[in-house]
Amino acid sequence: MKTDDLVAMLATGDVAVPRRSASRRIGWAVSAGLPVSLFILFADYGMRRDIVQAMFWPMFWVKVLFPLCIAAAGFVAVQRLARPGVEARGAWWGAALPVLGVWALAVIAWFTVPMEERMPSLMGQSWRICALSIGLMALPVFAATMAALKGLAPTRPALAGAAAGALAGGVGASVYALHCMELTAPFLAVWYVSGIAVPVLVGALLGPRLLRW
Amino acid sequence: MSDAEAALRSLFLRGLAGDAKAYREFLQKLSAHLRAFLGKRLFGWPDEVEDLVQECLLAMHNQRHTYQSDQPLTAWVHAIARYKMIDLLRAKSVREDLHDPLDDDLAVFAASAEEASDARRDLGGLLDTLPERQRLPIVHVKIQGLSVAETASLTGMSESAVKVGIHRGLKALAARFGHGWGGAA
Repeated sequence: MKTDDLVAMLATGDVAVPRRSASRRIGWAVSAGLPVSLFILFADYGMRRDIVQAMFWPMFWVKVLFPLCIAAAGFVAVQRLARPGVEARGAWWGAALPVLGVWALAVIAWFTVPMEERMPSLMGQSWRICALSIGLMALPVFAATMAALKGLAPTRPALAGAAAGALAGGVGASVYALHCMELTAPFLAVWYVSGIAVPVLVGALLGPRLLRW
Repeated sequence: MSDAEAALRSLFLRGLAGDAKAYREFLQKLSAHLRAFLGKRLFGWPDEVEDLVQECLLAMHNQRHTYQSDQPLTAWVHAIARYKMIDLLRAKSVREDLHDPLDDDLAVFAASAEEASDARRDLGGLLDTLPERQRLPIVHVKIQGLSVAETASLTGMSESAVKVGIHRGLKALAARFGHGWGGAA
């Protein structure tokens, strides 16, 4: 087929497309994945019983909101990286700053508590299941976002996968925070950040394999 | 902003809003720019140039929903052309021969080669390998120019099945194009 024939073929019929597809499709992916994460939370884990009381503690909000900031930055990054020729730019800082903030809080907490309380504040009661649980809560949003990316055009698939992981990990950690009883900054700095880092790494590894177009 | 950028962008935006005539003119001008851009970078393989031009056109058509008007068109076109060219080069595993810098994205509209030659790979032949539910909608709507409704009554498919068939068929063509390079794709 000659190129002119191909051009004629592509330009025949309805050529209109909806605008702002990337952010809309990723938005759909989040609204499809989030209810599944919440379902896992309620069905398998249960909300913490003192949730109303916890809402008056600043550390509870740090625990819920720092992953949400990462998720928001991941959303901005992934909908940008889904479009050819658009860089993520400042969005990476949006994901890094909440992590740096929690690490700073953790360092302050570490040096202000008595020596014998340091390790307990780092390991808490639930360090074994924390990162894995966050990964599980992240899975629905991660899968939905990767599926949405398949219909878009990431030219840097590893970065796009990592951004999808940041979005999913942030959402997953926020959801898990509604169950988790830990309230110390060192615990968040290590186990929550690890839980979010897992989907980021998985996304960076799977991106080049799954997101070819 | 260069003249080519402004002219192409305005045609493309009209096309995205549904103006098929503007869209056709856009694709024609774009293919000339792509031919010059890729020809310069693939001077070792003149035979591949027209194939890659067609593959890029198909990819840009399939992904046209990823362009947002707040972005320079040059950057979008360049990123896709570069992505498809690297695919080809990777398949040929000649990365070490790449002396030409690939990231000067202003160069994509710098020149234009109007003379369309035949592609080596026969896109018409590829079309025949598609399943009927994709091939028929493409042949009737995109090649013969029938409406979606006419195609639906002609083939006994529903209108939404015709639209889905066109969409999936063009994606499948683009995917087969990539496999045609052999190797990594």
